[in-house]
Parts: sequence; structure tokens; C-alpha cells
Amino acid sequence: MSERSRLSRRGLFRGFGTATLVAGCSGNKATTDNPSDGLAVPPPEGAEAVGPGPTSLTFELNGTAAALEVPPHMTLLDALRLQLNVTGTKEVCNRGACGACMVLVDGVPRNSCMLLAHDVRGAKVTTVEGLATDGKLSVLQQAFVDNDAMQCGFCTSGMLISCSALLARSQGQVPAAADIQSAIAGNLCRCGTYPHVVAAVTQAAGKGA
Amino acid sequence: MRPLTLIRPQQLDQVRKRVADDPGQRVIRAGGLDLLDQMKEGLLSPQELVELRYVSDTHGLAMRGIQQQEDQRWAIGALVTLSQVANFDGLPPAAKALREAAGSAATPGIRNTATVGGNLLQRPRCWYFRRADLQCLKKGGKACLAVSGENKYHAILGGGPSFIVHPSTLAVALTALGGVARVVGDGGTRELPMAELFVGPKQDPLREHSLAAGEVITQLLLPALTREHHSAYEVAKEKHSHDWPLAEAAVSVQLQAGKIAAATVVLGHVAPVPWKAAGAEQVLVGQPPSAELFAQAAQAATTGANPLKHNAYKVPLSQGLVRKALHRACNIPLPE
Repeated sequence: MSERSRLSRRGLFRGFGTATLVAGCSGNKATTDNPSDGLAVPPPEGAEAVGPGPTSLTFELNGTAAALEVPPHMTLLDALRLQLNVTGTKEVCNRGACGACMVLVDGVPRNSCMLLAHDVRGAKVTTVEGLATDGKLSVLQQAFVDNDAMQCGFCTSGMLISCSALLARSQGQVPAAADIQSAIAGNLCRCGTYPHVVAAVTQAAGKGA
Repeated sequence: MRPLTLIRPQQLDQVRKRVADDPGQRVIRAGGLDLLDQMKEGLLSPQELVELRYVSDTHGLAMRGIQQQEDQRWAIGALVTLSQVANFDGLPPAAKALREAAGSAATPGIRNTATVGGNLLQRPRCWYFRRADLQCLKKGGKACLAVSGENKYHAILGGGPSFIVHPSTLAVALTALGGVARVVGDGGTRELPMAELFVGPKQDPLREHSLAAGEVITQLLLPALTREHHSAYEVAKEKHSHDWPLAEAAVSVQLQAGKIAAATVVLGHVAPVPWKAAGAEQVLVGQPPSAELFAQAAQAATTGANPLKHNAYKVPLSQGLVRKALHRACNIPLPE
């Protein structure tokens, strides 16, 4: 993807916009607060203390080791998008109500906006970027394309995560439409593409995804 | 959110002491959903989150498991997720209401993170309470803003001076099933029935539970349930998913020789605490189950209701849910 688009929308914003954008904002953003120097009271014996400043964190992201320094109050979503530049996972509501930010944590679909980055230490995290293999779409992703299972596309990465977890649970069986609807019950699609998503998952399951 | 420190003790007592020493700045974290919500809204900005998930002593094991004790009671760990409860088919059929409730809350992704204990102890979802710039009664203000405001989602029973509805779906089912919280505190372990765990606004408008700082729920206990026991949970929402209930009903009945020997009927999202509908229970006990009886019990379930300007719809809605739950629990088809 990156070879194709040398000048991406994000890159453009990064290039000239950041200083201007920041200048226009009020200065009360959480990340500009001064972290305190440390704990006034040391942690109990045997207990670990993480933070308050950026602290090293390692986990497995899409099959590759990720190592970064993040403050404890940073969400997993922000760490993925802002620190690791893995932006397929989307931020929409930031309150766990829409499902655009779903990722797999050790195979379980969860809302990354409601997890702290340090919650996934040592875990295996899969984002939409991790579904394709060697640049080839997964059977599920191809089924989304074939069934026109997206319109604006903003919910799509979260939908794919929920559906890939369903297919993994189904172990080769084709899930009933009701099961697919239950699996995506936390993924809000304002374009209303749900029937096409159900069709795509049914097709993918039939192809052994 | 403001910078903070995560503290990860390995012993429950270390968690408890840490928080009890400075409850204004240190907060216990389980799944952390309501906590993160409040921190993002600016309602809370603690210096430390003291995490339960790294506790590895015997309490830690208890908090993560679902098991039947020697006394036949089932113990569900407070750190067990809602998904795990909903999908755990080892529980007896009589505990169906609990599994149905756990599987109905929020969304699949949230249920994979949200814990049983956190669900019980989350703060109210009232929109006045949740807005950081509004000073309502629950935040030490002078008045409950729902009284003269938009009160479509507020209490019809047991309200005043605050008209919040209790936000926990599991609490409704656990109350119906006679659940008890196992609480670890300075004095050791004690068992607290749901009715004593939750606190109404007349008792204390600033909080919804009776736990002291540093007290932790480690398990929820279900009484020994036999084949005579049957339960069901019903809920109505504006949307099937992603939504808070408008009203809920959980019922548990004990059938003996063709008659209802005991019954518990509990309403949710209609009162500041899970609401035991004693009127409905009186109608049911001693009678053979029937559609007519259930209709009478449903009517009696909302005895004493005193709706606000915009929430009178909750009265017939709750009655319908009670009736439906009774039919399903007793496996008698609805006549219509």
C-alpha cells in the first residue's frame, strides 16, 4: 500500500499540518500535562509500578514483535495508531460503543479504545493489517470485496475482526445468519451494510475460511 | 485522561491496603470499562489504578474461576468476564437468568472485557451524572436534575431524592437467584446478600453500594439450585444491541407438586437499586402456574410506581417483561 501512495492523506497532514493544527487547539490536552516525578509512596513488595511517564511495553503485533514506550494512560487504540502508525484500526466513538476499533487480543475480539496499551503486554494482538498474508487478502476479506460488504468503509476493519473471530470459533462450519448478526452486534455501520456483511461471512465460511 | 501509574500487586491484601490508604487518588481496576469511561469524561482522574488482574494468591484464583463449592453453591469469580458467564454451560439450567443477562449486556466486544464485579459496581449511566460539567445530587450538588429535566430513562420506583436507575444487568439476575457477594475486607471474608450490597439514594445519594474503601468482591455465590428451580431474564431496549435497558425483569420460581412454592421477581432499570417486586411474589406463591396468574403477578409487580413526566411507559413495559419471563421460566407458552 505504501509503495502505491507516496503522498497519503495522513502523510500530508503530518507534513504541513501538525504545527498549525496544534496552534489552533487549547492547551489542555491530557498528554501535555506534566507527569509527576514518580510515586510518593513506593509500590507494595512484589508489585510492579508502571509509569507515570512513558514505560517500555512489548507485545506481538500481527506476528511481529512490537516494542514501544507508552505512558500508562494511553489506550491500546492510540498506541496502535499514533505510536506504531498502524492505522487500519479506526477511532470513532472512543467509548466502546461503535466497534470501529476492534482488535483481537489473543484471538478474542475487544474494543481497543477501552483497553490501556499496557494491558496487552506479552499478548498477541491482531489488527486488520494482520488478516492478509504476504499482501494477499484473506478469504474473508475477499468475500467482503465480492459481496460489496462496505460503503464508506470506516467500520470495515472492526467488522472484519469480529467476523474473523467468529469464523475461527466456527471451525469450518458455516454459521447461521443469526450467529453472524450476534457476532457483529457491537459493530455499528451507519451505511447499513449489515446484510452484505452476513452474505460475505457466509460465503467465506463456505470456502473454508 | 491524566497521567497515572498502574500498580500491579500480586496479593489481594496489597490491593486493598493500597486503595484504603488514599481512596481519593487510588482506584481499584478490574476490566476497567466504566473506569476508563469516567476518566475520559473527566469524572475521575486518579493518580493510581491498582490492578486486580495480577493478583495471584488464592483470592486471585477465586476471582478468575467458576466452580461449584462443596456446599453445592456455585461461585463465580468477580474477574470472570460477561462473555465467560454467558457461555459457561456448566451452570445448572436454573441459573439461566444469569447467563441470559450476561449475554444481553452491552456488545460482544465489551462483554469480552467487562467483569462480573465491575458490572455490579459500575456507576449510574444517568446522562446528568455522566456529564462532568453538571453538578447533580450524586456528585454532591443540591438537586437531582432528572426531576425537572429529561427523565425518560429514570426511576419509576424507589426514587428520591435521586432518580437514577441502577445500571447493573447482572445485579437484577443475581438478586432474583438469591445471589450473595463474597467480600474480602480488613475483618476477613463476609457474605453480603444483594439487598445489602446495593444502597438506595435515601440511605446515601453519593454512592450505590455499601462496600468500604479497600473492600473487594472476590466471588458471587449462587445458592444450591435444584431441578425444581427455574428462571428467566427479559429486557427491552430501544436498540437490540449497543444499548442500555429501558426495563428488565428477572424471575426465579421453585415448582413443587404443580404449585409455585417460592418466587422472586426483580425489576431492573426502573429503580435506584434492583427492585424486588414483592407484590408479584405474593400473587405467585402457593398457586399453580397459569397464564392468568402470571398476568395478575405482572400487574402487581409495579405496585407503588410513581412515574416522572417522561417515563410512565416503563410501568406497562415492566409488567410485560415480568409476564414474559414467568412464561419462559415455567415453560408455558404465551397465549397470544
